[in-house]
Amino acid sequence: MSDGARETGNGEKPGTQSRPGLPVYPPPAAMPPPDPLEPQPEVLDFRALALRRADERGGRPWRSLEELANTPEFSAMLHRDENAVALDPSGVDRRDLFKYLGASFALAGLTACTRQPTEKIVPYVRQPEEIIPGGHPLTYATAMTLGGTATGLLIESHQGRPTKAEGNPLHPASLGASDVFSQASLYGLYDPDRSQTLLYLEEIRPWPAFLGAIHAAIEAERAGRGAGLRLLTETVCSPTLARQIQELLKALPEAKWVQWEPAGRHNAREGARLAFGEYVEAIPHFDRADVIVSLDADFLSSGPAFLRATRDFSSRRRVGADGAGLNRLYAVESTPANTGAKADHRLPLRAGEVEGFARQLAAAVGLGEAGAAGVGPSAPERVKFVAALAEDLAKHRGRSLIVAGDGQPPAVHALAHAMNAALGNVGATVEFAAPPEAQPSDQLADLSALASDMDAGRVRTLLILGGNPVFTAPADFRFGERLQKVGLRIHLSPHVDETSVACHWHIPEAHFLESWSDARAFDGTASIVQPLIAPLYGGRSAHEVLAATSTEPERSGYDVVRDTWRPFLGGADFEAAWRRALHDGVIPGTASVSKNVTARAVPAPAPAAPPASGGLEVIFRPDPMIHDGRFANNGWLQELPKPLTKLTWDNAAIVSPATAGRHSLAKEDVVRLTVGGRSVDAAVWIEPGHADDSVTVHFGYGRTRAGKFGTGAGFNAYAIRASGALWIAAGGQIVKTGATHPLACTQMHQNMEGRDIVRAANVADFVRDPQFAHRLTKSPEDGETMYPTYPSDTHAWAMAIDLNQCVGCNACVVACQAENNIPVVGKDQVRRGREMHWLRIDHYYGGEPANPQHYLQPVPCMHCEKAPCELVCPVEATVHSAEGLNDMVYNRCVGTRYCSNNCPYKVRRFNFYHYSTQFRAPSLQMLTNPDVTVRWRGVMEKCTYCVQRINRVKIDSEIGNRTIRDGEITTACAQACPANAIVFGDLSDPASRVAQMRKDPRTYALLEELGTRPRTTYLAQVRNPNPALPEPVRRDWPTSFREETGQL
Amino acid sequence: MKKPKPDLVPIPPGQDRRVPVIEPGYTFASVTDKIGQIVLTRRTPVFWFFGFGISFLLMMALLASIGMLLFRGVGIWGVNIPIGWGFAIINFVWWIGIGHAGTLISAILLLLRQEWRTSINRFAEAMTLFAVACAGLFPVLHMGRPWLAYWLLPYPNTMALWPQWRSPLVWDVFAVSTYATVSALFWYVGLIPDFATLRDRARRKGFQIVYGMLSLGWRGSAQHWHRYETAYLLLAGLATPLVISVHTVVSFDFTVAITPGWHSTIFPPYFVAGAIYAGFAMVLTLSIPLRKLYGLEDFITLRHLQNMGKIMLATGLIVGYGYMVEAFMGWYSGSPGELYVTLNRMLGPYAKAYWALILCNIVTPQTLWFRKVRSTPWILFLVAMVVNVGMWLERFVIVVTSLHRDFLPSSWGMYHGTFWDWATFIGTIGLFLSLLFLFLRFLPMISIFEMRTLVPEAEVREEP
Repeated sequence: MSDGARETGNGEKPGTQSRPGLPVYPPPAAMPPPDPLEPQPEVLDFRALALRRADERGGRPWRSLEELANTPEFSAMLHRDENAVALDPSGVDRRDLFKYLGASFALAGLTACTRQPTEKIVPYVRQPEEIIPGGHPLTYATAMTLGGTATGLLIESHQGRPTKAEGNPLHPASLGASDVFSQASLYGLYDPDRSQTLLYLEEIRPWPAFLGAIHAAIEAERAGRGAGLRLLTETVCSPTLARQIQELLKALPEAKWVQWEPAGRHNAREGARLAFGEYVEAIPHFDRADVIVSLDADFLSSGPAFLRATRDFSSRRRVGADGAGLNRLYAVESTPANTGAKADHRLPLRAGEVEGFARQLAAAVGLGEAGAAGVGPSAPERVKFVAALAEDLAKHRGRSLIVAGDGQPPAVHALAHAMNAALGNVGATVEFAAPPEAQPSDQLADLSALASDMDAGRVRTLLILGGNPVFTAPADFRFGERLQKVGLRIHLSPHVDETSVACHWHIPEAHFLESWSDARAFDGTASIVQPLIAPLYGGRSAHEVLAATSTEPERSGYDVVRDTWRPFLGGADFEAAWRRALHDGVIPGTASVSKNVTARAVPAPAPAAPPASGGLEVIFRPDPMIHDGRFANNGWLQELPKPLTKLTWDNAAIVSPATAGRHSLAKEDVVRLTVGGRSVDAAVWIEPGHADDSVTVHFGYGRTRAGKFGTGAGFNAYAIRASGALWIAAGGQIVKTGATHPLACTQMHQNMEGRDIVRAANVADFVRDPQFAHRLTKSPEDGETMYPTYPSDTHAWAMAIDLNQCVGCNACVVACQAENNIPVVGKDQVRRGREMHWLRIDHYYGGEPANPQHYLQPVPCMHCEKAPCELVCPVEATVHSAEGLNDMVYNRCVGTRYCSNNCPYKVRRFNFYHYSTQFRAPSLQMLTNPDVTVRWRGVMEKCTYCVQRINRVKIDSEIGNRTIRDGEITTACAQACPANAIVFGDLSDPASRVAQMRKDPRTYALLEELGTRPRTTYLAQVRNPNPALPEPVRRDWPTSFREETGQL
Repeated sequence: MKKPKPDLVPIPPGQDRRVPVIEPGYTFASVTDKIGQIVLTRRTPVFWFFGFGISFLLMMALLASIGMLLFRGVGIWGVNIPIGWGFAIINFVWWIGIGHAGTLISAILLLLRQEWRTSINRFAEAMTLFAVACAGLFPVLHMGRPWLAYWLLPYPNTMALWPQWRSPLVWDVFAVSTYATVSALFWYVGLIPDFATLRDRARRKGFQIVYGMLSLGWRGSAQHWHRYETAYLLLAGLATPLVISVHTVVSFDFTVAITPGWHSTIFPPYFVAGAIYAGFAMVLTLSIPLRKLYGLEDFITLRHLQNMGKIMLATGLIVGYGYMVEAFMGWYSGSPGELYVTLNRMLGPYAKAYWALILCNIVTPQTLWFRKVRSTPWILFLVAMVVNVGMWLERFVIVVTSLHRDFLPSSWGMYHGTFWDWATFIGTIGLFLSLLFLFLRFLPMISIFEMRTLVPEAEVREEP
């Protein structure tokens, strides 16, 4: 029956509906009219009987059913109906009929009760026999895909609710660390603004309706071998999805598959092809490099495996007493980013000048004179920089590494490959492997072809699986407009977004924690993405949508993924191997083998672009927090301060102080930014260290259909991003509009005011004077206190933060937020200085405003042994535990805020409003960690050293009658940290890592001169500049008393 | 014919050269009539309705503000991190400071036998009570969870918890509540003989009953008077240390903290002087218009105004000394934080507030050196108003500029009062004035029996 309906609804009469190309559903087949030739029995019913009876009684109505029943007509009627049942031509008598009826009901019931196919997900269990139902959370391995590569995760699940993401230590891209996106993915899962229903032209439809539509469309395409079918996806690194797409393309060979990733690594891909003639993935090994050169590459906070890069890089920032082992990082940077902030030498250059610099450097490291051709006259400073750098590289042959940024043109990537080859780094600090992407392609060209096909009407059916191309496609493609020429438009996405409203069908996409999939990491290692929870809103994964195009439309994602891996994990023991893969979160033996590739000659320089006189360079970058816009409705990411600017809830047109001065711009001024004939209004932010005559805009903001948080925040940089200048556009104009736009910044003052806050020295000074961190200020001696010391016979929890390793990536901040149920307060409250993050990363400048030194410092609660906050609380709501924790008793707090006033570190946060329910939809209540109290209005809160984790391990150890092992307790921030900068442990155990770090001569306590005796201590920074390029450590910065340090 | 200015009248040698504390020509009866009729009159003056009406409206604004505060939370104010205390604490200290003059006048001047205090002590005490009432609202309201304010009291409870005795906020509870209690007692005890007078003179039944109850059976017997005088003196003795202690304890709220700009030993004396300064400014602010409106120039004479001006000058100089020492210590301490706070006050974003404060509290009162200023009521009124504003600014500068830039520049911020901050502040002024108008209408604003001791009739002469 259903098949028949689909046959008839198969687009037999296209074009009769309001929209062309849509399948038409015929009205349900009407009942056949009665045959007039058949003799009709007298139809007698109760009503007729009653009327007749009334007539017989002279108009008086009948008085009782008995009276009515006691007539011959009635008994005749009864008999007639009985006979009617018996009159079946098949000869089945009444009893048999009822038997059959009963049996068919029972059978129908049986089918309804079919057990759902078992889809086993396997917990990542440390000691399975210890699982306590309802007590300890379970942990499952899965993986999150972003930008075409995957990061392995372990997700904590409390009674079926995923609540917290951690890195998977077995996964090569994570090694146990996690980034802001994976931490905040949980918020995305419970986002109340997620799309909840399948929509057809904004009307709710059931899934079978979509199945019918897609089946019809595919069948219609068969005639043209799929010539009118296009598939648009994001960069695909899922082997299963790739297999499904290939199967579809096999069936419909004329169909085309287009991938589009707005923040994708197009340049890196093309650069590799330019250098090697094929797509290869460069796998850098930062841990093996002594000298690293970044050509506008922010490898410490973006890129395919930046967690791994950070881990590797930071492992070489650990410094012993002899100062040996430190790597040296040179960063050539346009937009200040974390990588430049960590650099020992940073050269601000306009993004467009980096290629010239790369050619200069290539020439200097002996790559012929080919490079020098395109290089114009350059400042003597730059010449000196190049010379010193080349010399340093030459000294470290095979131990150096040059990386190019995704925003740099392919030639720069090719140059970096060539230089790495010339310096003997290939095979040592950089290896090459097959790309993790299922099908590397020139995405921009493909998208361009798709746009023109749409324009020409050659696309009849467009299946958009994920992504938001209407919003993210280059402005000159006029994607949204051309999309309207496509006959049938289907969009799979987690939100009803800009693209969804331009399509016929919108399918709610299941979150990666709700669906089965698989994904490859940067090095090809595959992971199974296993769901933690059934789809909250009946979302579908891309696998299921693609399955709908196949001959098995209802095949589940689970089966599809298992189909992919059965041959690989194969053999008789597939189930065991599958379980192992789910458990570990990685599939062994899937990492790509390193490839031998030979770099070609340095490509000829592109014709030197005429320097745009007076015009500004516009640099496009994905937003560091909401990426390409997909996380625009993620409250955690929106409120997370962007690494250096500390802006929240907005993007900005970022310029250098000199450029701002030239255009007489101030922060928050709204300017009209015009490039390539397109313009957008943006608020200005002034960022020291930005290249002059250049303006950076982060794309991803300015969403019009994102949800409560994302809609209307910031400005849309995509509106001026054209395909010809995807990353760097010359000839921009900036005009003040006279308006201002409020920006919410969490750190208005980024000047240390000459105070001894972040202590730093160059490595030579450190070796000469290992105690440098203690020269200026000194903690009072141990006995210099009137108060008794705390008992020393128990644990003494402490934290050590190595400032040399911290790269300021923010993972700790959002990990803390996730672990501790920290609310989102919104832009207005951030502007009022009421953000709730328990852990913040302070950022300070030193040196010259044109090219400052950066100092990053994560600041959690110091857990002072002599805590000023405890002294002043009138109700003992903040008290000291015997183990040295500065505890906060929410129940007891009356909210005088005196503790915060008296906290010299200002780490206390106050619930000025009922923040915990302010933005809390019912779905978000599932996000809360049940181990941590949700705070209410009027209560102070702050970092607890994750006391719930401490207590859990303490209880476990007591049950097991054992001591707590070092490293067994870790705080959320320390666990997330990709740089291993944060170490938590027990000071009373002299062998613990934290006790060892405390003995390091670099250890100092923040504001130790106050005598607060913090348990959180820092390890001072040691920079490793090239002696040929003297770069004194400077923490001074011009002071201006007048500068306001807040908005309001 | 224009009366010559009292000061300009040549005074024969050997006589008290000062303006009298009560103009000549009054008898026991006329003093009683003049003060009593304000209360017992059937016709309430029009200006009273006008003044009370406005005050009452402002008080309603206070109620609305408090309602909003309880409904939405302390977030409706401008407080934030790092500036955890804002208008609420500023207003608290300001009102408490104002509340100092009454008890000082009543108790300390009584003990010092300053007979000029007589005509101003009653309403100064009333003012004290009302100011303390206003002040007392703020520490409760500024809490995140004001309904739990009683946790600051040491009472036996199932949690077996007491307040945290090291916190100055707990000391505050005791200091302020003791002060409020003693002030109220002192005021009431002082009122008893006058209640009896009013009881006897009231024509209306209701008044007779109410005043009768309030007068606690006072008959004016010698024994009554004896006990009364003893009690009053004892209360004055009790209240005297409180005048010093309350603001000392309030200043501990700041000095106990380690915040630069707060952590200073000069605060207690400088706060007490500031409080007396502010208190007298407020007494002047109120008494100058009142004596005019109620025609009490004969009772509140220029002598009173001049004396209050002198006290303001003296305490203003102490306050000025406090500012200087603060600035000096900012440099002398050698602590970068202290020095920065000092410079930041003078040069930072709140420099305007700081210099306005110097102008109001140090420069303006210097005019009080001139007898002409002290003896011209309207100029004195202006000076007092300026000092009122200045003292508010002083608390603003202390609370806000110290907090907004403390140890770690990363956490620096700015503070501005919001609409609700202002509404609450102005609302408490409404509450204060409403109570004051009710007091003026229903209670004798000048102590009748004490005034009677000042008239010539009361002089006890030797039998010739």
